[in-house]
Amino acid sequence: MPREHYLNATYGIRSWLLTTDHKRIALLYLASVTFFFFIGGAFATMIRIHLLTPKGFLVTPETYNKLFTMHGVAMIFFFLIPSIPAVLGNFLLPIMIGAKDLAFPKINLLSWYIYLVGGCFVLYSFSTGGLDTGWTFYTPLSSVYSNSAVTPAVLGVFINGFSSILTGLNFIVTVHTMRAPGMTWFRLPLFVWAQYATSIIFILGTPVIAITLLLAGLERMFHLGFFNPQLGGDPILFQHLFWFYSHPAVYIMILPAMGVISEIIPTFARKPIFGYSFIAGSSIAIAVIGFFVWAHHMFLTGESTYAALTFSLLSYLVAIPSAVKVFNWASTLYKGSISYDTPMLYALGFIGLFLIGGLTGLFLACLGLDIHLHDTYFVIAHFHYIMVGGAVMGYVGGLHYWWPKITGKLYPEFLARIAAITLFLGFNLTFFPQFILGYLGMPRRYASYPPEFQVLNVMSTAGASILALGYLLPMIYLTWSMRYGEVAGPNPWPATGLEWQTASPPLTENFDVTPEVTWEPYDFDNRPDLGLDVKGAPSFAHGDD
Amino acid sequence: MPLYPEQASNFAANVDALMVYITLICVFFAVAITAAIIFFFFKYRRKDPAEVGVPIHGDMRLETAWIAVPLFLALTMFGWGAVVYVDYRRAPLDTLDIYVIGKQWMWKVQQPTGLREINELHVPVGRDVKLILASEDVIHDFSVPAFRVKMDVVPGHYNTMWFRPTKAGRYHFFCQQYCGTNHAIMGGWVTVMEPTDYSAWLSGSSDASANPVVAGEKLFVEKACTTCHLPNGAGRAPSLNGLYGAKVLLADGSTVTADDAYIRESILNPQAKIVAGYQPLMPSFQGQLTEEQIIDLTSYIKSLQSQPAPAKGAGTAPATGKK
Repeated sequence: MPREHYLNATYGIRSWLLTTDHKRIALLYLASVTFFFFIGGAFATMIRIHLLTPKGFLVTPETYNKLFTMHGVAMIFFFLIPSIPAVLGNFLLPIMIGAKDLAFPKINLLSWYIYLVGGCFVLYSFSTGGLDTGWTFYTPLSSVYSNSAVTPAVLGVFINGFSSILTGLNFIVTVHTMRAPGMTWFRLPLFVWAQYATSIIFILGTPVIAITLLLAGLERMFHLGFFNPQLGGDPILFQHLFWFYSHPAVYIMILPAMGVISEIIPTFARKPIFGYSFIAGSSIAIAVIGFFVWAHHMFLTGESTYAALTFSLLSYLVAIPSAVKVFNWASTLYKGSISYDTPMLYALGFIGLFLIGGLTGLFLACLGLDIHLHDTYFVIAHFHYIMVGGAVMGYVGGLHYWWPKITGKLYPEFLARIAAITLFLGFNLTFFPQFILGYLGMPRRYASYPPEFQVLNVMSTAGASILALGYLLPMIYLTWSMRYGEVAGPNPWPATGLEWQTASPPLTENFDVTPEVTWEPYDFDNRPDLGLDVKGAPSFAHGDD
Repeated sequence: MPLYPEQASNFAANVDALMVYITLICVFFAVAITAAIIFFFFKYRRKDPAEVGVPIHGDMRLETAWIAVPLFLALTMFGWGAVVYVDYRRAPLDTLDIYVIGKQWMWKVQQPTGLREINELHVPVGRDVKLILASEDVIHDFSVPAFRVKMDVVPGHYNTMWFRPTKAGRYHFFCQQYCGTNHAIMGGWVTVMEPTDYSAWLSGSSDASANPVVAGEKLFVEKACTTCHLPNGAGRAPSLNGLYGAKVLLADGSTVTADDAYIRESILNPQAKIVAGYQPLMPSFQGQLTEEQIIDLTSYIKSLQSQPAPAKGAGTAPATGKK
């Protein structure tokens, strides 16, 4: 380990709370999103225990409604959306392009504080009456009828939106202006492409939800008629505005995870990624087309048949770039040199779960089937496969992959593999039964249910207890490894990206001298510096040995 | 354990067939990709710590194939789904119309005779049934899994849904759009009966005082609608005789069919559509009528169907709208 690095360059609480180092800010985010993950996870645990019996086991219906609402708000707005961009993206994006920091380091710190302020509003709502509107805040339930603490929650999500906007802005400017010499657009790591696509959605989508929730708040506080029909408003208008952001928000959650997977797979298959430009291009295609599918959440609101036809067709189109990614990842394994290290287990687990999550999206995009499946547990299972099976697996996999870079230490490999497998099995046992529950007709957001649905609910709860264990294990051994882990060295896997060219943990300025990029991404064959057995490489490859 | 609910409507078999079709395609791809990954995983596992893979950068033909084939299959899913959906959204002409009103947290059902039910819905087997859905408060959703149908119940306007029950029995219906505290118990049972049983049930339990036409007529007088809507068309507003189901010519030159939604809108928001030849004089009744009262008024206006319809030179359409 280097004698001086970003973690020990300065000491004291002020050196953290006033830091402008993107790596330290990433760790501030890591601590805060982990906090919200455990809050959201605690709510989920109570939900699953409650659903053990048809009448509901644990809490009153009112409390149950608050549990699933607060689970959704905490997980989506305060964990999933910031997780990969604000933690891994913040840490890695500048290093991956050979920059010293983000373009606007102070704004980066500001966005963390904005996140905290938004988070405090939401925690205030949770602890003073709770929130029972569903994370979707549908009007007029949220703006008129709910008796819970809607106003602070809506303000919290509104404020938090600015944090996303500033992060997106920072990333876009950084990628455009701060790439190292030789780092052309098509030499960018695919993780950077994914962050770039995500940032586009942050900037274009987030203002819409911020304003929409503000309007709902104004209607609630001052009875201004935007959505309440009794005041001349239209409740469906809210849904259009809400999903205009919140559907692209799904891609905010999954695109960065796809970026992580696109880094892990070439490293552990030790070969260039198959179809680089198709994976990069599909990220942009998803970000763009993703803006034109929102009303597929509204096929049964009474929207016009022509609108429904259009949105169904566009929803099928947005599935294609995701399919392209999966095919390219699988093909990358062909004739690779594949190892079973933990990040690779997460990557393969991601492909399997994302595959199911993505394919079940085809069922819901289908107009005829959505009549039956809309708002059932099928939808719950589908989006948990995308958001937990996809986004969270990608995030945890990425944490493992870059942990040696972030902390300079290795985690215990055996325990980590056990945890990865536990997560995969626990996840499937939790959510697969919910597909069947959904087709049988069990509605979502039910505090009690007809007895014929009990067996599948008990299976799901059993799976959730395994899943919880799978999340606790990494918490324990990753924390342990910060102190007791083996020293990792700059490039333990080894991998080709610029982040692996600098020390672990990196220096405050990331690099001693600005690197110059002369190689293509994931090009193991032309990287004699990695110390690998390069076959058939140009003769200079062995020259330096 | 069953994998699908009972099939009890005209849509059920169609929706299930669509489900099987998409499932087969998805299972094929999921299995093929997973098998390939597992195969590569073992076949190409690293044998030497310094070994690297073969540098393959991509293949244009493969990329084209795995864009084109999924796109084609996706379009077939879209097409079949669209056919089912369009059928579902377009109710046939001669339906048995039943009003369903959702309010936190109960369902009120009104049969054509005016018979009212709470959290129960009786329908005859083999008959096309159209539900006209209204909400008194928040958004609800009326869903019958055994029929494979559902539709949101949105305050401020009517939605409709239709189905033809194919099998007598008792089936769950649910509120499927989260609507607050007791959302989970806002449900009930659909009872599908043989047509003769249904008629007997309807006449056996009918209560003359609940007749919506009578109630509607009373409201029509109470709310002073009679002041302007004179039956001979000589008033400041058009006659309502023969209105229901007719085409109405509007002041902007367009026409609209006078259905439940049009009548409801004209009562609550009279300025939205002005009948040709009349002034926009009618006041709004927003907030002064419950959804049930609006249904009573609509039932009364429907009953004026067969009476003679004198027109006041307002276009060619049979004597039209109001206002």
